[in-house]
Amino acid sequence: MKNDFDVFDPIPDVDLPSFLIEKEDRTFDPMPRRRFLKMAGVAGGGLALAFAFGNGERPEPLAVSDGSGGFSPNAYIKIGNDGNVTIAAKNPEVGQGVKTFLPMIVAEELDVAWGSVTVEQSEIDGDRFGRQSAGGSQSTPRNWDPLRMAGATARAMLVAIAAKQWGVSKKQCNTSEGFVINSQDGSRLSYGELADAAAKLPLPDEKSIQLKERSEYKILGKWIPGVDNHAIVTGQPLFGYDQVLPGMVYAVYVKCPIFGAKVKSANLEKVKALPGVIDAFSLEGDGSAESLMPGVAILAESTYEAFQAEKQLVVEWGSSEFDQESWGGFSTEAAKLAKEPAAQSDEKGDFSGAQESASKTIEAFYTYPFLSHANMEPQNCTAWFKEGKMEVWAPTQNPQRIAALLSGLLKIEESSVVVNQLRIGGGFGRRLMNDFAAEACAIAHRIDKPVKLVWTREADMAHDLYRVGGFHQMTGTLDDSGKWTGLKDHFITFSQKDQRPAKPVKGGNASGASMQLPAIPNVSFGKTFLPLNTPTGWWRAPGSCSLAWVFQSFVHEMAVAAGRDHFDFLLEQLGEPRWLEEGNRRSLNTARAIDVIKLAAEKSDWSKPIPEGRGRGLSFYFSHLGYFAEVAELTVSETNHVTIDRVVVVGDVGMLLNKSGGENQVEGSVVDAISTLAGQEITVENGAVQQSNFHDYPLLRMASQPPIEIHWIETDNSPTGLGEPAFPPLTAAVTNAIFDATGKRIRTMPISKEGFTI
Amino acid sequence: MTRLSLQVNGENRFVENIDPSTPLLWVLRDHLGLVGTKYGCGKGLCGSCTVHVGGKAMRSCSLPVSSAADQEITTIEGLAKSNEELHPLQDAWIEQDVPQCGYCQAGQLMSAAALLKEKPKPNNTDIDAAMSGNICRCGTYQRIRKAIHSVAEKGGVA
Repeated sequence: MKNDFDVFDPIPDVDLPSFLIEKEDRTFDPMPRRRFLKMAGVAGGGLALAFAFGNGERPEPLAVSDGSGGFSPNAYIKIGNDGNVTIAAKNPEVGQGVKTFLPMIVAEELDVAWGSVTVEQSEIDGDRFGRQSAGGSQSTPRNWDPLRMAGATARAMLVAIAAKQWGVSKKQCNTSEGFVINSQDGSRLSYGELADAAAKLPLPDEKSIQLKERSEYKILGKWIPGVDNHAIVTGQPLFGYDQVLPGMVYAVYVKCPIFGAKVKSANLEKVKALPGVIDAFSLEGDGSAESLMPGVAILAESTYEAFQAEKQLVVEWGSSEFDQESWGGFSTEAAKLAKEPAAQSDEKGDFSGAQESASKTIEAFYTYPFLSHANMEPQNCTAWFKEGKMEVWAPTQNPQRIAALLSGLLKIEESSVVVNQLRIGGGFGRRLMNDFAAEACAIAHRIDKPVKLVWTREADMAHDLYRVGGFHQMTGTLDDSGKWTGLKDHFITFSQKDQRPAKPVKGGNASGASMQLPAIPNVSFGKTFLPLNTPTGWWRAPGSCSLAWVFQSFVHEMAVAAGRDHFDFLLEQLGEPRWLEEGNRRSLNTARAIDVIKLAAEKSDWSKPIPEGRGRGLSFYFSHLGYFAEVAELTVSETNHVTIDRVVVVGDVGMLLNKSGGENQVEGSVVDAISTLAGQEITVENGAVQQSNFHDYPLLRMASQPPIEIHWIETDNSPTGLGEPAFPPLTAAVTNAIFDATGKRIRTMPISKEGFTI
Repeated sequence: MTRLSLQVNGENRFVENIDPSTPLLWVLRDHLGLVGTKYGCGKGLCGSCTVHVGGKAMRSCSLPVSSAADQEITTIEGLAKSNEELHPLQDAWIEQDVPQCGYCQAGQLMSAAALLKEKPKPNNTDIDAAMSGNICRCGTYQRIRKAIHSVAEKGGVA
């Protein structure tokens, strides 16, 4: 028996890129260990604080000052002596609200009115901002402490200078909405009036910095609309696809539908003669789906001319040993392998013994497909290679990886790469991989003009890095009393074709802990790998979104087999309220799990009978440090059309930083999960993806949107992210409800394969 | 190749050397610099490219520019009366904090504006019908619905 069977092991992980795991956040640490501040007067006067954070957001020393007393554009906080407050937003905004809620943390501790703050997207600079990425729901947990300290330190300095001017003790000074207030006589000094003098103060002792109590918050926890809303609703150029540079040309890059096949020949001369076409050439690339695959670049004077020219391009592709790869082939192979012993296996207790003494054994085979990201903004990137320097405008979730990528691919010094952050038309993990940036830069490297690489929707769907599919052969045993005694999963997953030894692809990993059923005494968790050529990548909770569906469906199957109420049965499998590994936030805390499940049952009227023809389904999952229990209530028509009447979500992420943004993430996760289960699948035939646009890869539309009710359990735990954790439980809540309504158990995704529509 | 005269957001605009079959979307974006109208699918499936042509919501990705030449075209950049006075739906979008990534919202707003012009007090079925051509990958439908109702309740788009 392995001691850590039920505890999440950070490496390998199911949901996160390793670069986000390396510097795993510690348990709550209100005071970062080392902190250095440097100050410089803002140009024209004022106070600027530059906080330098190295890897893991621990502050590092920083030399700020341009000699003129200087304005520092990398500072988190800038207070002009005119009273203007500017706060830097450090991370890529993909719709998760990070451009609003991270600056809210700074503003809260600085104690300024939110309405007085100007938020500026920061540049990419790891020396000063630490990790700048959007992935793994990590922005909240990684930045909570350092950003609070950034705000609180500035506030302490403003208080200190005010106290000095008044000749009173600092304790007699309060702050409110950009003013320091003398509590003795009520006199006030604005931060703007104090800025010039505060810039000359020595650094405060870090131990003297007081962070606010939650009860004192005026910004955090409130309903705050996104800072870019006005620009969005008036159609301002915010996105990568909107970039325009002087003399810019437009490019498409055409790759073989069979992933990785090389260009043998192409009708380049004919393409070059087409209207608006400037040039066409092939690139060999480095063969990596996360960098540059072989292909043909077409440069044109407009997007449309580039798209039209692509239609006239004829390429003879080289042969590929993967031209027989198919989803059907994988399914057949997986069904066969599922009956055989797993290649790798972890055991807890004695599953064989449980099976021998079982009064009932349940077996079930679960299948889920590959999925595309289908970002509304297709992949694109603008690049300009000028005087040995590559400047990139990239809608990327992972901007700090581009320099190293280009250094390997194009032999450009990392220091010669400048990446500009843009608002991003949907991330969902797709843009943690920078293949589009590699393509744009490889093309820009060849010409002396700025290039905007534009992907068509069809290219976006055929050359994604997909969420991996998978297969689970589940076996569960019950004893005479209906107690769940044994659980076995043989997980058939994928390893990239050239990986030796086999290693799970991104999102294709799992462990015994992923089942989150710690009270079951005898468990066997096995894995077997199928080799894969189709590229895979991160997605929204890429591992948890499918694992939760399998495990939480199987809990319901077992409850039904045991003749037990699902709610009671699920709680029983969690056991006593306890933290499986005290102090490790990545480890399941069954107390928090039980609390959200109980509240979900209460809010969804679980114990009340449901009208005839309706079904109700429950599910729970813990991922990305957040606890979510969800109940779906639905009606199934005679033609198997599912109407979701109600979704109840209960979450515990410590505290909600932005009520609006946080609930937006939950609403979005619910819609995304319904969209996914309704009809989405990417199928590979003869080595190529068959889907091409929204007609064969449907997204949920307005009419199918169910009413969503969100309830929060606010706990003393440090706040954690919301981009992902509300998604995983939803799928099983819906399929369990379909079973409740119809008696039909769905074990293959999407539900359209079982004849249901939404 | 032709020279076309277009009426966009109340202004006369000219486009030189244009293939008349070019979709209106690309003329707006690449020739006229109006990039608020978005490309999403190129096939009229997602609604990101929705603009008003002759007062009706149209998918500009599938509409040849020549067929819009004689009609009044309104894009997201021209939806507000002025910088100071937004369209009531734009105000409602900000108030309800509708956008997540924001990419589809120009198209959503243009569809919603056309709906309210035709039906000042739409019910949910009307909203579903008018908005069903607009996909939001982030899942903002619940708030879009609420924002449309809130404008209708406050007296519509007058």
